[in-house]
Amino acid sequence: MEAVLDNREKRGLAGTILAWDEALQPKGVTRAPLWKFTLWMGFWGVVALWGVYAAALCWIFGLNQTGMNDYYGFALWIWADLAVIALGGGAFFTGFLKYVLGHEKPLKYIVNYAVLIGFICYSSALLILAIDIGQPLRGWFIFWHANVHSMLTEVAFCLSCYFIVLTIEYFPNILENRVLSKVPFFRNLVKNFHGSMAVFAATGVFLSFFHQGSLGGLAGVLYGRPFAAREGVFIWPWTFFLFTWSAAAYGPCFTMLLTRIIEAVTKKKLVPDETMRFLAKVSGWMMGTYIIAKIIDTVYWAQVTAPGAGFSLSDFYASGPFYGYWFLALEIVIGGIIPAAVLLIPKARENRAIFTLALVLAVMGVCVNRWAMVVQTNAIPVLSFDKWAMYVPTWQEIATTILPVAYGVLLVSLSHRYLPLFPLEVGEKDGH
Amino acid sequence: MSEAEKTSVRHRRYGMVIDLDKCTGCGSCMVACMAENNVTARPDETDKKKSITWMRVYSFDNGKGFPEARTCFLPRPCMHCAGKGGHGHSPCVSVCPAVATDYSAETGIVSQIPTRCFGCRYCMAACPYHARYFNWFDPVYPKGMEKMLNPDVSLRMRGVVEKCSFCFHRYQKAMDKAFYEKRKELEEGEYQTACTQSCPSGAIAFGDLDDPKHAVYRLRQPVKGLYVFRLLERLGTEPKVYYTTRHEWIRKAADRTVNDEKTAG
Ligand code: SF4
Ligand code: SF4
Repeated sequence: MEAVLDNREKRGLAGTILAWDEALQPKGVTRAPLWKFTLWMGFWGVVALWGVYAAALCWIFGLNQTGMNDYYGFALWIWADLAVIALGGGAFFTGFLKYVLGHEKPLKYIVNYAVLIGFICYSSALLILAIDIGQPLRGWFIFWHANVHSMLTEVAFCLSCYFIVLTIEYFPNILENRVLSKVPFFRNLVKNFHGSMAVFAATGVFLSFFHQGSLGGLAGVLYGRPFAAREGVFIWPWTFFLFTWSAAAYGPCFTMLLTRIIEAVTKKKLVPDETMRFLAKVSGWMMGTYIIAKIIDTVYWAQVTAPGAGFSLSDFYASGPFYGYWFLALEIVIGGIIPAAVLLIPKARENRAIFTLALVLAVMGVCVNRWAMVVQTNAIPVLSFDKWAMYVPTWQEIATTILPVAYGVLLVSLSHRYLPLFPLEVGEKDGH
Repeated sequence: MSEAEKTSVRHRRYGMVIDLDKCTGCGSCMVACMAENNVTARPDETDKKKSITWMRVYSFDNGKGFPEARTCFLPRPCMHCAGKGGHGHSPCVSVCPAVATDYSAETGIVSQIPTRCFGCRYCMAACPYHARYFNWFDPVYPKGMEKMLNPDVSLRMRGVVEKCSFCFHRYQKAMDKAFYEKRKELEEGEYQTACTQSCPSGAIAFGDLDDPKHAVYRLRQPVKGLYVFRLLERLGTEPKVYYTTRHEWIRKAADRTVNDEKTAG
């Protein structure tokens, strides 16, 4: 690095930047030329700026900038929030498998990356919430005036604490950058972090179990909304357990899908087949058992809970083409049974194309579930003389929902370029 | 009488009984409510899903053609649900993360504290009656209107949820007066909501649902030929607003009915 700085005058600005870029990359790997990388980052940077502009409009002028209304108090953002948290579940579940159950060997090649995805998902969730509340400057009231009976309070506490845990887990990755790790203090710090990582991972699993569950509980406790309401165990409705379960099942699918995408973009093998096989098998079992539980829950709800509140199944799926029965099929069959079967049948999951398709279906399935639980719930009229209300998001909502995607792409791109994200790629035998 | 009983205020359970056979749908209650509670109106009110009406009059019909066609007007304030178990586990109160809405054991009123609310809208998702409204816009008070505002009711800002309070400020005023006169109890009629007072056909009655001296106590007892019901009773929200009507098709609309079952009465 010093040499780079010493030669600054000889090289000129462009040369210096090139040298910086090269010095920061992990040793022995090839990366795209800087101009290509800059172009890529520039594109996503513009998308992110578009989202920031839309968010600023919402903060300055209020939520009237959105298509939400008194029927759709929860809409695109809350769906995106719940969806990214479910998809970010790969971080806690991988941590659970590696540090708590001791599946060290296959997972060491993906755990850094799973933590990064988790970090992105959770920071995005917090960002969305900061835009979504009507009085952002009072966001801290949820901690200060906490109502311990509200599921949302539990979500807020666990989500924030888990985000801190993810930051701590991601931090050593940053310090392992080739240049930063030359500083002895950072090197020692990373060593110490690695020594205590199991404790953080276990804490993360505990916190994650509760906030994923509470997000499910959020819908399940709405006893005035028979579409979402579920009775349960003590203070927890069934949805509490279904949400945790589904996050553990579907989260790793998202991590694997993103790995596939990055492998396609970089044209490199980043994670060994053995790791993918292991995760696919575990996800398959989790998803298979989850979908059975979900089907039992749906049948019981349709046969007992809903009629008890005076509703029949058709009351919930009767609004024209959008909220039809196909929505139920999309969630349970196409986004649940089919991907679970693919992941569980060895022959099917060995086929790269079918396996990738199953991952796409799984990601879609959990997103549809979260949509149904938070958005469809509001759309259904509970008063018999009320009408189904429709909702169309505005561009401000769409832009702010895409913002986390752009932010995610930027962070993954930077991390991949400059950090030893994939141990296999940087030639590490042990990983971390 | 114990010392505590001598000094404590009697716990009330304020509620309403609305006679749908008397309601003509004139909207007087809506206007009175808006004026009393400083409810804002936007210059352009075409987007009804973003407008605020603490008291809303629904209208629906029996779906039949002439000559059997009938219409019902149903005023809907906040139901001040006592919730499952009847102890304040109201759908909205139990979910609010910041205790910005609360159930008063003293009056049975579900309060809303605008300065505590941070606009997460979870309570709106929880309320099956759509009784809660979000302030999507900055409040607009045309010039000169500040002179008409009610000083007893706080103005709500953009980004918070608001709803009917059973004109709680009137309760406070009535109690202040009673204390000044060295009374602990309110007589019937001393505390009335603005909608009750303004209803020209006397369709709305308001008072302590548990006090036999109050008209609402009698009105909510089933009488032959006049049937009493609450909206969405089977959800277990325990509303404190009762409705009466002789028309079965209206009673049927009050709750979701499966298999075309008969209503009570
Ligand atoms: S009607 Fe709605 S806002 Fe009023 S107490 Fe019941 S749940 Fe809460
Ligand atoms: S919108 Fe306000 S009153 Fe409603 S749940 Fe959120 S903080 Fe509580």
